[in-house]
Amino acid sequence: MALLTIRNLTVKFATATGSFTAVDGIDVSVDRSEVLAIVGESGSGKSVSMLAVMGLLPDTATVTADEMTYDGQDMLAMTTAQRRRLIGREITMIFQEPVASLNPSFTVGFQIEEVLRINLGLSGKAARERALDLFQSVGIPEPEEKLKSYPHQMSGGQCQRVMIAIAIASNPRLLIADEPTTALDVTIQKQILDLLMSLQEDYGMGLILITHDMGVVAETADRVVVQYKGRKMEEADVLSLFENPQSAYTRALLSALPEHATGDRLPTVADFFQEEAVR
Amino acid sequence: MTPVVEGRAIVQDYHVPGSMMRRAKTVRAVKGIDFSVQKGKTLAIVGESGSGKSTLARIVALIDAPSGGELLIDGHPVDIAAKRPGPEMRSKVQMVFQNPYGSLNPRQKIGDVLTEPLIINTDTPAAERRDRAKAMLQKVGLMPEHYNRYPHMFSGGQRQRIAIARALMLNPSLLVLDEPVSALDLSVQAQVLNLLADLQDEMGLTYVFVSHDLSVVRYIADEVMVISKGEAVEQASRDQIFSNPTHPYTQQLFAATPVTDLDAIRARVARRKAARESAAV
Repeated sequence: MALLTIRNLTVKFATATGSFTAVDGIDVSVDRSEVLAIVGESGSGKSVSMLAVMGLLPDTATVTADEMTYDGQDMLAMTTAQRRRLIGREITMIFQEPVASLNPSFTVGFQIEEVLRINLGLSGKAARERALDLFQSVGIPEPEEKLKSYPHQMSGGQCQRVMIAIAIASNPRLLIADEPTTALDVTIQKQILDLLMSLQEDYGMGLILITHDMGVVAETADRVVVQYKGRKMEEADVLSLFENPQSAYTRALLSALPEHATGDRLPTVADFFQEEAVR
Repeated sequence: MTPVVEGRAIVQDYHVPGSMMRRAKTVRAVKGIDFSVQKGKTLAIVGESGSGKSTLARIVALIDAPSGGELLIDGHPVDIAAKRPGPEMRSKVQMVFQNPYGSLNPRQKIGDVLTEPLIINTDTPAAERRDRAKAMLQKVGLMPEHYNRYPHMFSGGQRQRIAIARALMLNPSLLVLDEPVSALDLSVQAQVLNLLADLQDEMGLTYVFVSHDLSVVRYIADEVMVISKGEAVEQASRDQIFSNPTHPYTQQLFAATPVTDLDAIRARVARRKAARESAAV
């Protein structure tokens, strides 16, 4: 059974020049312990659709959907209080810029203990012990020392590990990762992806991975949704997507990978749409 | 043939001042690197953040003076700490930065962005400056009517085109590109890489291309230098590095780069399925 089901999600933003549709009738569903990748360029609405699920969009956004259910509960009919019990506990999210996601004025230890106290109702001492456990499970070296550090004293990769520790603190059943490795180096990216995948397997979480990097998709996803300009272009399991992409846009994305360059020029998405138009 | 740019045992030290609780210390960011690039070729500098690749790029671009070693441009030693480089030297070497959102002044119109290098370094008359800027906009795939617009009206890829146009206004022979496509989407990245390749052919440009993305390097580079912790651990032609990386650090970089190879995906999917079935039992 699906853990999260969204049908016909539309997000519109009110702007000075009228309404702008960022997400246009997207269907997404993710199963328990499944890794779903949502791929697209900037402006494809891939982050906005997940922020809509989390309820993190500003007031200028209008979210409508035919269905939005989490584990059989109708999220559209929920009161704010009910929603808050879900978000941040059962469904958690990590973001692209790990350093910017943490508060620079408090130690990382304080920030993770705060989550544990508020969401799980742990006392100070119990929260500290659990924080230490979590830091160990996400592979932060010298966890006791690091709990006392401020975000600026840690590297980008370590900050992302802290964010992951905070996100898994409440044993969530669904983790949404919005470009978790885009700001990181390849070697650190590999470590973080390996960590996410092993946590996903250990905890049996559903994982939604938002990315623009086809390499990341190839290394992590079970199933892939390709989005372009707020619309879903294609949905397939990872192997069929790479083996036999159905939509022109997916083919364009795949051929724009520099390692697929044949000859002197890299094919671009624009080239592809031109080709389609001629045909 | 004299290389366009040559570095001999380049060293860069940064001094971290001490405080009440901490002693002052010196960090050696670049530890004696040798390199040279021939005209019309591309040297790619590959490494992780903190490896010293951007420090080296800033030295080559004549922004920072190295603490030791010698930098030669067109065979002539250049020491910017001893003598400020004149307009002629500044025209030879130009730089394109990583983030096109940060490297353009939001209050400056595109026309002013492009004509400013000419105002500072040459005495070209205003009408000619304008014509050259408009011609350059076309050359990088934009339109002359973009001359009077502001940076916020452009997308990331278009802004990087503007940054490239600005660097080319003085007809440089050497372009230092510090991660020029890593802030861009995949398809836009392909467009900018194509543009750089075209410009190199057309204008006979020499590139020093800093990147951490091996797939981009494979597309653009002739020579590759892999640096780690301030030292050049491997330096070879592109084909040699990609077919037979010898240094463990280079091999580690290759192992970390995600592969989109079908067999690799098939193997991973099978591995996951097996793990799930054994967990279910």
